[in-house]
Amino acid sequence: MEKFLFYAFALLAIGSALLVVNLKNTARALFLFFITLFGMAGLFLFALADFVAITQIMVYVGGVLILMIFAFMLSNKALLSDMQNISTHFLSIPNWQSLLLSLGFLTVMIYGVITWQDQMPNWILENIKTGDIIQATDNNINQLGVKFMTQYVLPFEVISIFLLMALIGAAHLSRKEEQR
Amino acid sequence: MITLTHFLVVSACIFCIGLYAVLAKRNAILILVGIELMINAAILNFVAFGRYDKINYGGQVFALFAIVLAAAAVAVGLAIILSVYRHYKTINPDNITDLRD
Repeated sequence: MEKFLFYAFALLAIGSALLVVNLKNTARALFLFFITLFGMAGLFLFALADFVAITQIMVYVGGVLILMIFAFMLSNKALLSDMQNISTHFLSIPNWQSLLLSLGFLTVMIYGVITWQDQMPNWILENIKTGDIIQATDNNINQLGVKFMTQYVLPFEVISIFLLMALIGAAHLSRKEEQR
Repeated sequence: MITLTHFLVVSACIFCIGLYAVLAKRNAILILVGIELMINAAILNFVAFGRYDKINYGGQVFALFAIVLAAAAVAVGLAIILSVYRHYKTINPDNITDLRD
């Protein structure tokens, strides 16, 4: 059952990602990107990372995608005609150079994973032996909060300053030019 | 039981789809979507490995950091796309050929 659900989520994520890159209509592709992100959040659950999955849904679906749709609508005057005009070419023709390059990359990575799987790193084997792997019954969020405020407090502060800088920079970049 | 290899293969597929989008698309917003797919594949790897690290929770903590970084990157990238559109009236990267002010 667990495996079946995993494969279902993986198929959902990969299939909708393939459709996202192959659709001609940008608006449809952006809305389909929601499905990909939900599928990825489902996959995070199978790695017992419930908080990461919820954060993924909140940050991406609530923030990033809304931003993208805003930018798309602001940068495409022909949006309405684009949405109404259902062309006969539903899927765009793949660009063979890019297809070749990414398929080659996929082959290399799958080959690497398959040759690697016999020799797991030592720390994983040790943690399996001592039972230090995350179980489904663990209180993840509690542990994460404690870790964020003790062991990882410096990266946490640095990333909050970074986020503030990035947001101020984005607001500055997208403002209207004042009259000179 | 879902092993590490399952996660690695799925994330390799997602990464390559993102790579294809970055290489083949003619629209800056879809290129940004491709970059997001690649970042998501990396986050899936972080989370899958982080399962075997209960002492430090390194994988999940840095997956959260990576999500924040991706959100910041999208905010800045979309601001740049909007100002490029205002300047050039196009968001096709192939048509933006000069770096002059």
